Amino acid sequence: MSVAEFFHMGGYGLYVWGSFGVSALLMVLEPILLRSRRKATLQRISRIIRLNKEVRNEG
Amino acid sequence: MPWFSAAAVVLIGVGLYMSFFVAPTDYKQGEGYRIIFVHVPAAWMSMFIYVVMALWSGIGLVFNTRLSAMMAQALAPTGAMFTFIALWTGAFWGKPMWGAWWVWDARLTSELILLFLYIGFIALQGAIDDNRRADRAGAILALVGVVNIPIIYYSVKWWNTLHQGASVSITKGSSMGEVMLITMLIMTFGFWAYSIAVALARVRSIILERDRESTWVSQLPEMRTR
Repeated sequence: MSVAEFFHMGGYGLYVWGSFGVSALLMVLEPILLRSRRKATLQRISRIIRLNKEVRNEG
Repeated sequence: MPWFSAAAVVLIGVGLYMSFFVAPTDYKQGEGYRIIFVHVPAAWMSMFIYVVMALWSGIGLVFNTRLSAMMAQALAPTGAMFTFIALWTGAFWGKPMWGAWWVWDARLTSELILLFLYIGFIALQGAIDDNRRADRAGAILALVGVVNIPIIYYSVKWWNTLHQGASVSITKGSSMGEVMLITMLIMTFGFWAYSIAVALARVRSIILERDRESTWVSQLPEMRTR
């Protein structure tokens, strides 16, 4: 089986790759989004904690 | 948690390899049938995740445990994603085989309702500021929506639909080729491990966000190093 034949999928290329492609995209994207959400959350909370500390030290 | 991620990567990797290089060409649908290896596992997961979500919701309602509601909340986006994948790949399979991207038949319509249930659950929980009330409202929606799951599952039996009947059943075994079945099961377990890994990762973020005022969060090593 040649590479071209493989991508052609016996005439079903659009449908097979349209299915696998979108699924792969979503299943790669979701963990990346989750990682950035976790990072953003940690940053936000640590900023709040730091600000609280500063306020307490000044008072 | 890395165990489930690793299992997902390995299983889906092997599953993909088998989907394209090991599984034979179908005598009727040629290479086009290979969509099955992502369509069916995604559709199974879309229903399975909903049932698990409803179970967590039920536990949360009965025992008033906070974590179960958070688990339900963590599962919903992944369930919605698999529902979307099932519908999307179904359209890309329906077009070459039936000649239509979409038909309003029982199986397809009930799966679309499942997507709306997931979106409704996410929207309802997001719309209520008070966590406890949001959890309760979401849980009731999730539990009421469970009625849709058997409708999806049996839709191909109860109504005359364009969608084919089940090729794999617990009582009758499988009518598929053995290699095809094994490939599909490997993909299913891969998706299952993926779902667990993603849901656990998401629930950790949810816990952090909800407990941001608590002492244990402020004492996390992640907080001290900053």
